[in-house]
Amino acid sequence: MKTYIKPILVSAFVGLFSMTSSAFAEDTLRIVSWGGAYQKGQSLGIFQPAAKAMGITVKEDTYGGISDVKLMVKSGADKFDIFSSGAGSCASGGAEGILEKLDYTVIDNSHLLPDMWSDYCVGADIFSVVAAWNTDTYGENGPRSWADFFDVEKFPGTRAMRSKVDSQLEAALLADGVPMSEVYNVLDSEEGIDRALDKIRSIKDHIAVWWTSGAMHAQLMKDGEVDMTTGWNGRFDVAKRDGAKVSYDWKTGIMDWEGYGIPKGAPQKDLAMKYIAEMQKPKYMAGFAQYITYGPTDKRVYSQGLLDDATARALPSHPDNAKHQLTLKTSWYKKWRTIAAEKYTDMMTE
Amino acid sequence: MALIDEHVNEAVLKNLDRKENFTLFGLTVPYLFLIFFLIIIPVGWLFYMSFIGRDGSYSFENYERMVTQKSYIRIFLTTFKISFLTTLICALLGYPLTYFMSQLSRKWAGICMIGVLIPFWTSLLVRTYAWLVLLQRKGLINNIAIDLGFISEPIKFVHNTSGTLIGMAHIMLPFLILPLYANMRAIDKDCLKAAANLGATPTRAFWTVFFPLSIPGLLAGLLIVFVICLGFYVTPAVLGGGKIIMAAMKISSNIELYFSWGAASALGVVLLVVTMLILYIASKLVSIDQIGGNK
Repeated sequence: MKTYIKPILVSAFVGLFSMTSSAFAEDTLRIVSWGGAYQKGQSLGIFQPAAKAMGITVKEDTYGGISDVKLMVKSGADKFDIFSSGAGSCASGGAEGILEKLDYTVIDNSHLLPDMWSDYCVGADIFSVVAAWNTDTYGENGPRSWADFFDVEKFPGTRAMRSKVDSQLEAALLADGVPMSEVYNVLDSEEGIDRALDKIRSIKDHIAVWWTSGAMHAQLMKDGEVDMTTGWNGRFDVAKRDGAKVSYDWKTGIMDWEGYGIPKGAPQKDLAMKYIAEMQKPKYMAGFAQYITYGPTDKRVYSQGLLDDATARALPSHPDNAKHQLTLKTSWYKKWRTIAAEKYTDMMTE
Repeated sequence: MALIDEHVNEAVLKNLDRKENFTLFGLTVPYLFLIFFLIIIPVGWLFYMSFIGRDGSYSFENYERMVTQKSYIRIFLTTFKISFLTTLICALLGYPLTYFMSQLSRKWAGICMIGVLIPFWTSLLVRTYAWLVLLQRKGLINNIAIDLGFISEPIKFVHNTSGTLIGMAHIMLPFLILPLYANMRAIDKDCLKAAANLGATPTRAFWTVFFPLSIPGLLAGLLIVFVICLGFYVTPAVLGGGKIIMAAMKISSNIELYFSWGAASALGVVLLVVTMLILYIASKLVSIDQIGGNK
């Protein structure tokens, strides 16, 4: 019941504030993202420099994901103009009809890597889900493939996997010997999903924790709570910089992208579109990569040499790293997410 | 002397009675309004929403899912199991402590009460993470125990049922102690003296006199603890390590997964109905007045 009252109150308050928000100057935009090391990088590398270049004010906040966008749009509130979101959430938000279509005559998508934009979101950075290991436990010879991650004889130790289905089934199938090019074909049926789940079931006794956030899996590695975990490469790099004993191999990478979208009916839609166009310039992508190791979606960042070699090589989308990796397929999630997610929870609670 | 007519004042008394009833009703009106707007309407809305499917039409799909997917029944069982065990631990720890406190002088009992209340006033999130720091594999407790040679391998205290129970019992303990303490303080000590005077041993006096008199406070505490546990989110999410999934956690993940309030509110409805059923059974076993604390 409590969970229910909250949205009502929130929308009531938001309603109140939205009346005053029209008093905002024409040149103010509000953008929301995920907080933490990620948004810090976005803020310093992209949001604020791009705002300065356009001579506008950009106010930042954090949010809880695409369900917040839905709540805002459905209750007719007006809290933010742009949100930063993963490709999969964008796709489902687009299907729900709560997002504005992006205008690619304003936003330049001609230099982006293939499949790095959709009708509703344009990709800004590329991150990878990898298998990270504790270097105190395994030294440099940790699980360098998903087969190793699932091999509890060769690599005894505790593991952590995500409490949500996203990119975990792909890892399981790769471990089960499915070639990269076949992963999504195999997953395109309930049998395929069950095969991946059975693979996870086979090591379930060794999974000590199911993580729920990037901050959590980074902390698990820092504290030595588990010996290996799935997780986002950038978080591990930041943890490593803070002294955590953690390493990973790009051969376990599953690439996914994060980008910007506009909630349906945003009053500042046109300005938001222009601001996204500005943020998508290669120089800002290069700036962002200085703060966290998430790679640019724009090929020119590499071809124009906007990054020094050491920084570039640490990014998931660097050609030498990208060639080993599977790219997450958004359309599969559109079709199978709810079925796969329920089956995954089922497996977790067994 | 003439006999007084017994009925002479009847009309006046009746009138006074009615007036008093009206006054009392008038006093409850603001509260009834609150209940109506903050509980009846939202709960009614919750019921209504749970019958709305993903495409916006009326359907039973939100309830169907709970039958066809085995995870839902497991999540409800976990929710009730964890709540029951937490309540049991609170009772086992809380009753002796409260009894001890009730026997102390007011001054010392007050000092003990501060010990109960300070954690109670500390943020739930802070206490939950504090347990994580203490209990994890390379946490304080395991490290000290290994250094002292008590154990050679770290014990899995956390990211499982035991961690969840430790954290939840710690957080819920004051909810049991406070009503129980009020009740125990009110028990007339002369009753125990009378029992002793009649030849009862201290143990006998406790079980036949003190314990029965403390039951109302105990029941009130147990019920508060149990019902609050059913809706717990943060503590099992942090200390359960994904192995303990309670109803509240599934409610939040369903909002993300289905993009519809219906999928989440159906879970809320089932939790509410089952909880009310349990309270109904409990009220059949003990009178509701006792739960309210009236002797």
